[in-house]
Amino acid sequence: MSETLERPGTDAAEVSAVVPASLGDTFRAYVANVRSGEIGSLPAVIGILALYLFFTIAQSNFASTSNLYNIVREGSPPAVLAMGLVFVLLLGEIDLSAGVVGSAAAIFGVVLSVKHGIAWPVAILAAGAFGAVCGLVLGWLRARVGIPSFVVTLAAFIAFQGVEILVMNSSTGNLSINDATLNKLNNGRLTPTQGWIFLVVCVIGYGLVKYVQRASRTRQGLAVEPFSVFGLRIGALAAGGALIIYLLNVDEAVSWQQREGIHTWGVPLSVPIIVALLAILTFVLSKTRYGRHVYAVGGSNEAARRAGIPVTAIRTSVFVICSTMAAFSGMLLASTSRSVNVANGGGNTLLLAVAAAVIGGTSLMGGRGRVVDGALGAIALAILINGMSDLLQGGNAAAWQYIVEGIVLLAAAGVDAVSRHAGRSTS
Amino acid sequence: MSGNEPILQMRGINKSFGPVSVLKGVDFEARAGEVTALVGDNGAGKSTLVKCIGGTYSIDDGDYLFEGRPVKVHGPRDSSALGIEIVYQDLALCENLDIVQNMFLGRERLNGVRTLDEPAMERLAGQTLASLSVRTVKSVRQKVASLSGGQRQTVAIAKAVLWNSKVVILDEPTAALGVAQTAEVLRLVRNLADKGLAVILISHNMNDVLQVSDNVAALYLGQMAAQVQRSELTHTQIVELITAGRSGNLGLPLATTLSTNGVAA
Repeated sequence: MSETLERPGTDAAEVSAVVPASLGDTFRAYVANVRSGEIGSLPAVIGILALYLFFTIAQSNFASTSNLYNIVREGSPPAVLAMGLVFVLLLGEIDLSAGVVGSAAAIFGVVLSVKHGIAWPVAILAAGAFGAVCGLVLGWLRARVGIPSFVVTLAAFIAFQGVEILVMNSSTGNLSINDATLNKLNNGRLTPTQGWIFLVVCVIGYGLVKYVQRASRTRQGLAVEPFSVFGLRIGALAAGGALIIYLLNVDEAVSWQQREGIHTWGVPLSVPIIVALLAILTFVLSKTRYGRHVYAVGGSNEAARRAGIPVTAIRTSVFVICSTMAAFSGMLLASTSRSVNVANGGGNTLLLAVAAAVIGGTSLMGGRGRVVDGALGAIALAILINGMSDLLQGGNAAAWQYIVEGIVLLAAAGVDAVSRHAGRSTS
Repeated sequence: MSGNEPILQMRGINKSFGPVSVLKGVDFEARAGEVTALVGDNGAGKSTLVKCIGGTYSIDDGDYLFEGRPVKVHGPRDSSALGIEIVYQDLALCENLDIVQNMFLGRERLNGVRTLDEPAMERLAGQTLASLSVRTVKSVRQKVASLSGGQRQTVAIAKAVLWNSKVVILDEPTAALGVAQTAEVLRLVRNLADKGLAVILISHNMNDVLQVSDNVAALYLGQMAAQVQRSELTHTQIVELITAGRSGNLGLPLATTLSTNGVAA
């Protein structure tokens, strides 16, 4: 056998990867994929465009740049929560407690900051550690003890609403953040120049990653995607990013403020935070052995076990990642309102994050999904919720909001189920 | 073809679960470059013998020789380290992963910066499939979910071969396949042996056994009735060995089969 492995590319031509040879082929291959059920983030992308268009027509002030800033800020905490949830969903598990666990962790961090004067980086790390420990316990109960994750995390969902009150230990149930940096997490903005530098860094980083991947495939004598597709990917990122940064850089301050040197402009600070988390988690999931094993366990527990993958450890670890990300999400949520509240993270916080991940293309049945799904789905939902809150008026507005959110979750799960049928082998 | 030393030799293997003796002094051997068919009725001990070879079960008594040396196999890891790969009937593939990812599952190649070396894995997977003359697979980046039963069997076998394995054990590889796919898999089985691997084929299908094997080992109620060159056997003789433990002057002595029959009840 060894000669087969060592001989470089002599008789390898017979079986290889089918790589589309032109821009048109790439497009046709994508359409074929979508038809066979591999819809990926298509619902989220269509949702973002369609909802944005709809609300722009339906209400005059929706498309204002100040509202775009609001949408990004409102969407940030759920985006981080959904990005962590993707790991749990990939194993076909669910974490119903992530919202309240994350907010309990945030309360822990904020209490340390406000009442004990702990520095902000330590407060954030403490919140993250709090989340990680909670995730470890949840994961242990699921993977080692064998209680269904639905039950474990439902129990935690109830219990941690009590933990939030205990950690807060105050009669008002509310605690204002006085640390300037913690308040800035989801209120601060980059300067316009910083925003453009951020975009350039993102585009160059993305381009470099794609280029290195291309080069290493070429070195192994494998087919690569056409240069036009490579260029189009980077061009699309640069153009889309430039549009968003341009809109967010529009100065909202009135003219006398501008004369005084007061500006209200710039990309929300949460955007670089999310992009950084997105890059790290995407790297973990798609480029490391650990990430591959997460997909494997989600695809077939038995196949993973026979391949020597430590299934129990993997199953535990995804809950740790999810709860840690939930803690960061909780910190962003706290920063948004410049305070923590014992009611944070309850209600439908978690289910909206699940909906975000599923709309983005992550399957509830496990095995399929990407971190970016959570972010894209969260943007779509943020647009929906923001648009609805202005469009729906009157006494029953809240009722309709609940109903629409419920329908969206159901519709996303329905698309997931249908696409799984379509993807099944016919032969 | 034969005449070389057996790469795998089991001598006088005993294995019992509590009071039930499943393997009774079984001798078995497999040679490189040959397909050794392991046949027997349900409950004859085929699966138990394979699991003893694979290390899932430990043997109670007897010698396990690999390449002429006695070895101790305490678990699947030990047998993999020797170069023994077993392809079970339920193939244990991840449907959500593609062919390359499945073939390297649990043994992913890493590059200099400790991340997955996808291009190298893709090239090696392609070469392995090509070396087995597999032509039924369109793209090595196809998801397993989109493959047919025969293609999945092919991937599972290629996965076993990828690891410089010396012995490949196939458990009923054609059981769930149609005619064309069966032919393709049998051709692949023959290919493996011609490449110098020792192939052990467990099968209920006499046509498969007659078509592809060089050597037939028939288990009968936990005893090895006979292990004979395929050329010395007819279809009828194999069936008799499976059902009665003996055929003419082949197989277990008459007394043994009778007493075994009596005891086994």
